[in-house]
Amino acid sequence: MENENSPVIIKETLYDKIFKPQRITLANGHSVLRRRSRAPLIIILLAAAIYLSLIMTGFDIGTVINKFSKMLDLLKKILQPDWSFFPKVISPLFDTIKMSILGTVIGCALALPIAILSSSNINHGVVIVSICRFILALIRTLPTLIIALVCALIFSLGTFSGTVAIAIFTFGIVAKMLFESIETIDMGPFEAMEALGANKFQAFWSACVPQILPVYLSHSLYCFEMNVRASAILGYVGAGGLGITINERIGWRDYNSLGMVLLSLFVVVVAIDFFSEYLRKKLS
Amino acid sequence: MEKKNIIEEIEQTLDKKLTVAEMYANRPRKWVLYLAIVLLIVVMVGWSASDIKFTGLTVTGTEVAKGVLHGVFSPDKALLFGTSDTDVPYLLLQTIAIAVLGTLIGAVLAIPFAFLASFNIMPKPVAYAVRVLILMIRTIPSIVWALMWIRVTGPGAACGVITQSICSIGMISKMYITAIEDLDTHILESLDAMGCTPFQKIRYGVIPQLTASFISTTIYRFDINLKDATTLGIVGAGGIGASLVQCLNSRRWAMVGAFVWGLMVLVLIIELISTRIRRKLAHGA
Repeated sequence: MENENSPVIIKETLYDKIFKPQRITLANGHSVLRRRSRAPLIIILLAAAIYLSLIMTGFDIGTVINKFSKMLDLLKKILQPDWSFFPKVISPLFDTIKMSILGTVIGCALALPIAILSSSNINHGVVIVSICRFILALIRTLPTLIIALVCALIFSLGTFSGTVAIAIFTFGIVAKMLFESIETIDMGPFEAMEALGANKFQAFWSACVPQILPVYLSHSLYCFEMNVRASAILGYVGAGGLGITINERIGWRDYNSLGMVLLSLFVVVVAIDFFSEYLRKKLS
Repeated sequence: MEKKNIIEEIEQTLDKKLTVAEMYANRPRKWVLYLAIVLLIVVMVGWSASDIKFTGLTVTGTEVAKGVLHGVFSPDKALLFGTSDTDVPYLLLQTIAIAVLGTLIGAVLAIPFAFLASFNIMPKPVAYAVRVLILMIRTIPSIVWALMWIRVTGPGAACGVITQSICSIGMISKMYITAIEDLDTHILESLDAMGCTPFQKIRYGVIPQLTASFISTTIYRFDINLKDATTLGIVGAGGIGASLVQCLNSRRWAMVGAFVWGLMVLVLIIELISTRIRRKLAHGA
């Protein structure tokens, strides 16, 4: 038994080569290696990052503490909503909801074929899979507000630009979540159907679609939740909905009305979250 | 269950086992459910489409679309690789800096919120009250926070930092709460039995259980904050967004292209790194 006293081999990284692991000899003669803690390295990197960030942003905690009472005054006004402003909130609020519904439906409808094309267990062409995934990744990097701004410049101000922006955003997110779920489905039934003589489409339709559909609906609902929150601010760049009202109220420093807008948004978001969570639980 | 009974009945009357083809002919049909879902979606789309009308392109619409495409395919290279403080690399660094500080401050601020809102630590009324507060912080969109903070601190990158610190509290503390409520208390009991002091119990019983998920949450939020920081500039809270919007409005397409490329590459790289680190944390590297 020559290996008796040799240390257990651990995978060496560059850090372990510089700072040699500590050797601990146990009472029974075995010896084990204990890696040196990574904490000092991480702390130094973090401290450097914080220091550089402080310089780059010119952030000063002192001014924040000094001005904090001002922010509290502002929040106090928001927490006393001006109820008489409510009638003026309803129409943009419905615009926001309509924008998110239409945008979500369009985005999800477009996402399904691309998601199927980019799942490697259904589409075996590596080139097409990687191209689709790359396009999806690029779309997801674009901020919704920037897309909305470009749409507003192209399609004129209003809800249509917001709908297009939400559809693009939804397309990127749902397609990504969907192809990740499609890759985890059970391909056994598909092979069985093919063995029975079904063609590819028939096999896909009756073996894969029943597995994909609930997941697809659940992802779409989740995305709808996000879209209601996101579309509320699209109006800031002129894409219709609540954002216009929010921007206008802040511009006039009418924080009581802003409180009313945020309160109605809060109620709608909570209601939609609740509803969609209930539906998603049923789906799974 | 019902279906099985029917199949058994048919099998008994026919006095033989059903073949696959016959089973398939008797498969469950959920067309009522599907029809209901489709109808619901059609009604909702019809309702929302009534108010969203395509009013045609603006006068300059096609020009804008062409300009953006042209800019993306021939970006301003001097701007993309320049080193002065109006060029893309500097603005990207500033965006990262905003996200780093915002996430770190938010992550630290979220810790007390998370402990106060956990049912296994605090009494129920307190936990519920703190949860409502967290929900309210989450619902106010980050742009609105930024607009409010600008009124208080004035525009600039510092405003972006404070906005992100506040916005991050909502999501981070929500995920911290799940980690805290999943704490394995048996470990604390055995440490108690060994005669450990409260400090030792926290050091060896609580912290090791929480760090991995806390770090993972913070990195995930950093990912989100970075994307968010690119848009905060639109309202004047620093970062790359302000310059991008200025160029869009003054129709300097080559510069728009440079900013968009910088932004896409940055977000892609950060997403890649963050996914990798989080996967490592989840599998206990």
